[in-house]
Amino acid sequence: MTPVQAIIAKELRGYFVSPIVYVVGAVFLLIFGFLAYLYIVFAGAQAIQLMQMQGGPASINLNDLVFRNLFASMRFVLLIILPILTMRLFAEERKLRTFEFLMTSPVGIHEIVLGKFVSILLIYLGLLGITGLVPTVLMLFSEFDWNPVLTGYLGMALLGALFLAVGLFASALTENQIVAAFVGFGILLTFWLISGLGALLGDTTAGHIISYVSFMEHYDRLVRGLIDTSDLVYFGSGLLLMLFLTHRVVESTRWK
Amino acid sequence: MIDVQNITKRYGHHTAIDRVTFSVAKGEVLAFLGPNGAGKTTTMRILTCFMPATEGTVRVAGFDCADQPLEVKRHIGYLPETPPVYQELTVTEYLTFVGRLRGMGSRNLTSALDQSIGRLELGSVRHRLIGNLSRGYRQRVGLAQALLHDPPVLILDEPTIGLDPKQIIEIRELIKSLAGSHSVILSTHILPEATAVCQRVVIISGGRIVAEDSPEQLSARLRQSEKISVTLKSPSADCNTKLREIPGVLNIFPGEQAGMFLIECTLGRDVRDEIARVVVSQHWGLLELRTISMTLEDVFLRLTRHEDGLPQPSATAHKEAPGSQETTP
Repeated sequence: MTPVQAIIAKELRGYFVSPIVYVVGAVFLLIFGFLAYLYIVFAGAQAIQLMQMQGGPASINLNDLVFRNLFASMRFVLLIILPILTMRLFAEERKLRTFEFLMTSPVGIHEIVLGKFVSILLIYLGLLGITGLVPTVLMLFSEFDWNPVLTGYLGMALLGALFLAVGLFASALTENQIVAAFVGFGILLTFWLISGLGALLGDTTAGHIISYVSFMEHYDRLVRGLIDTSDLVYFGSGLLLMLFLTHRVVESTRWK
Repeated sequence: MIDVQNITKRYGHHTAIDRVTFSVAKGEVLAFLGPNGAGKTTTMRILTCFMPATEGTVRVAGFDCADQPLEVKRHIGYLPETPPVYQELTVTEYLTFVGRLRGMGSRNLTSALDQSIGRLELGSVRHRLIGNLSRGYRQRVGLAQALLHDPPVLILDEPTIGLDPKQIIEIRELIKSLAGSHSVILSTHILPEATAVCQRVVIISGGRIVAEDSPEQLSARLRQSEKISVTLKSPSADCNTKLREIPGVLNIFPGEQAGMFLIECTLGRDVRDEIARVVVSQHWGLLELRTISMTLEDVFLRLTRHEDGLPQPSATAHKEAPGSQETTP
């Protein structure tokens, strides 16, 4: 077992012993289920209306009415929930003085950062996997195109990974978990809101740059079913940048 | 094994340690003494590559802390001030994690785990969560962690803190048994511990090394006078003046009990037989006569308080009489 695997195993164990994963996971799944229910009921109501108007069987597009709305709503849920999952990763080590032990173990900082990130990513992907029940059950009773649903899930996975990396970075900044969660939340909200600024500036260079920096348009394209290399590059580079910054912050604590 | 050359650590304008130089040979046990805030922990953190020194070089097991930190870390077992344990893991899980982090193979790890648990008598709690263990057990788990990979260099920051007297003795025995094959640096507040366990003592104060020698040599070097305790059965009113007339006697202080006197006399002059003769001739009734040697505690206090000359007579005389080492003639 390599040191990275050892860190992943230890973090997973820590998460499942503490109530954090159960509470956050339950809330996440509850909100996902509730939103899915609302959009499905809403789609059903529209189908009934359509049948009454046309006087015969009507077909509605579940991809547009359910999944796109669901994925779009999940952005905000992820933004609030994921910093709570990541807040303990470094802050707790520093509070409990195990940070010194980690830093004096013969492992590189990049291995520590990677191990912690992968552990929380696995938990998030697990939760995302459970939400897969919603389209699976829906498939039994209706027809829809699976491809946009899968790109939507890819979008949620990439967006979640980026949010987790931001949360990890925030956790490395402080030894207070609440502060870590709040800083992560603040950074993510800022990147959300600047997309509005980008839209306001419109078709100018500054507008394009600001819109590109925000995760909104990249995520929206994936939810609409478009896989664009530039979006994948955006998520990949954003992720690497955040992990690199986390590495620098952890490294810099040695000098303080 | 450990070679520290002129290390300085500054935090902004504050200098935590100032040009500290010392070395530890293979198999030697070195105690690091100093009041709180003297720079002990800072020095240990630099040795373990947790933080870099502002100036100076540190070599551990032949590797430079600045250039090959991973190699240095591989050769060190470190117990920080607070035992670095994860409360959500059991003792076995924690030690397994530690071993894997240090790249130990599973077969190697199993035997090292059993040995380490046996050495620190953790067998009865090996499957319990560390969060539910007492302070003493956590401290032992911390020590087990430092010893797990059998490192040639051990750095222990107050290893016996939080342990009960029996465990303290056991841990001291353990550290003594490590001497010879391991180089150990330990910091402590308990001075008899340094005397009991270490071959050499470094006293650090205000970020500087103020003394470095064996405990016996240190007390011998700093001793400026001898003290003798005499207990008399029926002292007369003039016994103070009579005793003072003996050549070599500098000062006489009353002891804690009635009839007890502490006599300070010049260094290198044994006045015990002279005192005995006077006491017998005056029929005061000699009950006890013994020399009081300077303990490491006195040395420590004198060095860290920057006192010159003799310690304050009445205050120290009263304090040291019960706990000091005795040599009965």
